[in-house]
Amino acid sequence: MSAAAEAAFFGAKVMIVDSDLRLGGQLIKQTHKFFGSAFERAGTRGFVISDMLLDELKGYGDRVETYTNCTALGYYKDDGVVSCMEGEENYFKVLPKKILVATGAQERLIPFPNNDLPGVYGAGAVQTLMNVYGVVPGKRILMVGAGNIGLIVSYQLLQAGVEVAAIVEAMPRIGGYWVHAAKVRRLGVPILLEHSIKEALGKDVVEGAIIQQISPGCGFIGEEIHVDCDVICMAVGLNPTCELLWQAGCEMKYIPQLCGHVAIRDRSMRTTNPNVWVAGDAAGIEEASSAMVEGRIAGLSMAHELGYVEDKEYREKSALYWERLNALRNGEASAKIREGIAQVLMESSGGMER
Amino acid sequence: MTEEEKERNVIVCRCEEITMGEIRDWIARGYDTFDELKHILRVGMGPCQGRGCREIILREIAKMKNVPITQVDPGTFRPPSKPVKLELLAKKEGGE
Repeated sequence: MSAAAEAAFFGAKVMIVDSDLRLGGQLIKQTHKFFGSAFERAGTRGFVISDMLLDELKGYGDRVETYTNCTALGYYKDDGVVSCMEGEENYFKVLPKKILVATGAQERLIPFPNNDLPGVYGAGAVQTLMNVYGVVPGKRILMVGAGNIGLIVSYQLLQAGVEVAAIVEAMPRIGGYWVHAAKVRRLGVPILLEHSIKEALGKDVVEGAIIQQISPGCGFIGEEIHVDCDVICMAVGLNPTCELLWQAGCEMKYIPQLCGHVAIRDRSMRTTNPNVWVAGDAAGIEEASSAMVEGRIAGLSMAHELGYVEDKEYREKSALYWERLNALRNGEASAKIREGIAQVLMESSGGMER
Repeated sequence: MTEEEKERNVIVCRCEEITMGEIRDWIARGYDTFDELKHILRVGMGPCQGRGCREIILREIAKMKNVPITQVDPGTFRPPSKPVKLELLAKKEGGE
């Protein structure tokens, strides 16, 4: 949405294809307030940011064409055609001049016995159920993972009146922000570090779980702990969704700090396929704020490539966005992100970037 | 059931119902790339196109071959990335 708004601002015609029923991505289910800088709307709740972007896009009228419930299925690199399917019946092809892949991420699963029982959810799915559709997933939850998603979703479950039996985290430390961890701790939820789920219990649905301490490199140790719960919520990380980038022949690299295979790109977010850009979690798992700035950078660059932006203005605005992006990645918590980005950023392929 | 049996029975590819045990056995037989496992077991060929199992299988390959996951080939990605009815494709090309 950010890239579309940026490109449309300069006069480019944009087509947005989104597999969801409405635009907004993950923002529509984020009921918490954002951190970061005022530039990136810190203090505003996620779904409000989504509405603001939607309004911005509406301001460009016909220049922005939106297809929801529509999946970009494939990129054919011989001719640059993208195939799409709206719903389950309307299959069509598009030939865009430039493409941005902002497909986000998918939830990571971990294998354990009975992990296919109904009642084992991804944290993102739980958030969608509750915050978009107003449905609670169960009565008592075991949360697996104490990163920001695990912590925030635990808090939102508590807000919805669902009991959180415990949060288990395999690492020896809490991965998310302390402020989120403190909120759930104050409400009495135990966070068990160096613990993980060993097995889900139940015949037809989840009726409990076995958790156990783990020792780095040695697997499970100590006594098995039985947890009474009807939902097991997995918040063990995300992987970038990048099928289209692979299909487009973009050079890819596995970067553990960015949580999976990501496209090599230059400072304009352009990949090694000169017609394909990338932004957001699809370019490496990070945060919504930086995803939106990356989108602006990509949108600006695409509009520039199409001749809608003067070189001087392009350079100035691009530098400004990079300042904002660097400010977001400045903190101690972003050290991992900085390391990851350093491994995928290439020198410009000859465009106007510095 | 022993712990090991339980672990072997975990379904890794839900679309094609392939267990961890099957995957480990085939890796041990030398089918140690994602594409080879895909050809022999159909992992990653169902409706989700590997979005659920690929990462788990790549980790298993890395573990069994004792190489970092950064060096495991994730296999080939071909369009379409979700199922499309053949009828729709045939219609579009204007043929039977």
